[in-house]
Amino acid sequence: MSEHQPLKRPIITLPFIVLSVIALIGLYFLALRFVNGMGFVTNLNSGYAWGLWVVYDVIVGTALACGGYALAITVYVMNKGKYHPLIRPALLASLLGYALGGLGAFIDMGRWWQFYNIFLPWHMNFNSVMLEVGLCVATYILVLFIEFSPAFLEKIGAKGLLKALNKVLFLFIALGVLLPTMHQSSLGTMLIAMGYKVHPLWQTLHIQPLLAVLTALTMGFAVVVFEASFSAVGFRRPSETPLLAGLGKAIVGLLGAYLIIRFAEIILQGKLGLIFAGDLGSLMFFLETALFAFPLLVLLSPQRRQSGPYLLYAAVCMLLAGALYRFNAFLITYDPGPGYSYFPSVSEIMVTAGIVAIEIMAYLVVVKMFPVLHNADPA
Amino acid sequence: MKRRDFLKASLGGTAALLGSGSAEARGNLEPTEEAIGMLFDSTLCIGCKACVSKCKEVNGMPPVPMGDETQYDAAFDLSPKTLNVIKVYTAGEGTHKDQTEDGFAFEKRSCMHCVDPGCVSVCPVTALVRHPKTGIVTYDADACIGCRTCMTGCPYNVPQFDYDNPFGEIHKCQMCNQAGVERIDNGMMTGCAEACPTGATLFGSRKALLNEAQRRMTLKPGEIYNYPRGDVRDPDSHHEKAVPEYKQHIWGEKEAGGTNVLHISAVPFDKLGMPPLGERSYASISETVQHTLYQYLALPAIALAGLTYVVRRNNNDDDEGES
Repeated sequence: MSEHQPLKRPIITLPFIVLSVIALIGLYFLALRFVNGMGFVTNLNSGYAWGLWVVYDVIVGTALACGGYALAITVYVMNKGKYHPLIRPALLASLLGYALGGLGAFIDMGRWWQFYNIFLPWHMNFNSVMLEVGLCVATYILVLFIEFSPAFLEKIGAKGLLKALNKVLFLFIALGVLLPTMHQSSLGTMLIAMGYKVHPLWQTLHIQPLLAVLTALTMGFAVVVFEASFSAVGFRRPSETPLLAGLGKAIVGLLGAYLIIRFAEIILQGKLGLIFAGDLGSLMFFLETALFAFPLLVLLSPQRRQSGPYLLYAAVCMLLAGALYRFNAFLITYDPGPGYSYFPSVSEIMVTAGIVAIEIMAYLVVVKMFPVLHNADPA
Repeated sequence: MKRRDFLKASLGGTAALLGSGSAEARGNLEPTEEAIGMLFDSTLCIGCKACVSKCKEVNGMPPVPMGDETQYDAAFDLSPKTLNVIKVYTAGEGTHKDQTEDGFAFEKRSCMHCVDPGCVSVCPVTALVRHPKTGIVTYDADACIGCRTCMTGCPYNVPQFDYDNPFGEIHKCQMCNQAGVERIDNGMMTGCAEACPTGATLFGSRKALLNEAQRRMTLKPGEIYNYPRGDVRDPDSHHEKAVPEYKQHIWGEKEAGGTNVLHISAVPFDKLGMPPLGERSYASISETVQHTLYQYLALPAIALAGLTYVVRRNNNDDDEGES
């Protein structure tokens, strides 16, 4: 039998009702977007072609969905089988995060009814980083679905299919490591073509892909720690702190590597002065760097790595750090030239809030209906 | 043991990267042999906006009203309804034409038709294309998915998405040569160059225009020069005018790989709103990084083989009943 069990709790709870209200408001504005055009609900303009929907829903959202990626490397590549209990909930969060990231990309497409052109070989531009991201994310959503499908198959008792799937699952697991490495790095590469519009502290040209994939991995590990801690508190389940402490070690390595590369680039390119320029760029850089450095300092100590609350603080900081890195580069310090400004409209924010609400609702429903969470006392 | 397998597999990938990746760096694209372009001489522009009006006529776009009245086109920047616009620089008193201090100057804003266009490089679905002969950058709405990456990749913020239309598209100058207009293919010049009464907007081949711009750089301020109108290779007419104090800078000769639309001026270009660009195009850096990492998917294929091997081994000798 499976070591995973559905969580036996009611689906309709007060938080669930609140979330569904937020989701409905979001869907209302989303309908307006399709009827009246993007200008009706968003503050996008000629200078700021990408706003909250691309930067949060797609760029930050898919990085927040890297838990499955981070754990797949740990469990299947580094062969740390003891982390296996964490993998199914992480895969579910990844599947939902990526699926809704794909939805976010779709609703942001100005000519959405032609979206399939990106899959037609005669339309493809192989120089385009966006093409790689689009194809890779679409494939990865399918791969995540297959990786997660044992939970569905167990539920409906399709034993034959489950057995057959388990025989070839390794292929999808390998793809599930390769694809995020590709498109998460490409999300960084996309910044290169934007040139001077990206603030020099974030325009790192050739090392954009490396910084993007490193921060995506830290966010992936952070989200695993966060989810595990949160479901321990929220669902009053036994804590998985001993397991998470080990991940803390991996996080220390990633954060250390990231900070060294980040600062080495700034120093070697002679951009150190920009950090102390006292403008928005330097303020945001300080904030972002503090958010990356704090979890490193916390988790350097083996005692604190064993502490549930410290792990949770560190995880939250890393999630904010990785998200802010992306927001800073793509939006907050992004400057297309004089005369342009952007701040998301209320309706734009509500659509994003609605998408996040749907994501959380879907997660709650699935863990309560399907065997996702690890059984506390293995049978 | 297994870690060693992984290292072996990834070493194979690294070797492939080093072996074939070194010669991949792509430099800037070169101008096409018969590149068509325009030369805008800011010092000749009198701000009459005949070019703006003609552009609307040729491209079938409505004028932008000022309040309730439409006495003349009040467009003050590029928009989905305006592919070409004349902007004004003023400083201090704003009394002297083509003077940086206490002066004013006119600047044309329209697609620069980059030699190495960022929009073409970033477009996932080849909706933007640089014509292999003329170098004109055109747009195909039937290919476009509306992702607007072209807008982020254009150093001049030229492509305009029509946000107010639920079925909007990108609008940009296509040098009056898009399907249905095809002025260049029919031996005509661009609408704006044809309408310009002073020859501030000159039409022609990039080579001839660059020659003309270089000649003007060598003229002595104050001497009389016979300025051509229309097509620089076969002018409609000429007019004589005293030479201004040109800045020794032909915008578009080298900027980010160069442009087919060249600008010259007596006021520095950063004052006229031109972006801070070096000589290397961002498209060339982006494509170099991307193709070095991917090697047309050879590298990901090698990585996948390595990963599959490692995952399979780790999965087999673990507990069987997982997942």
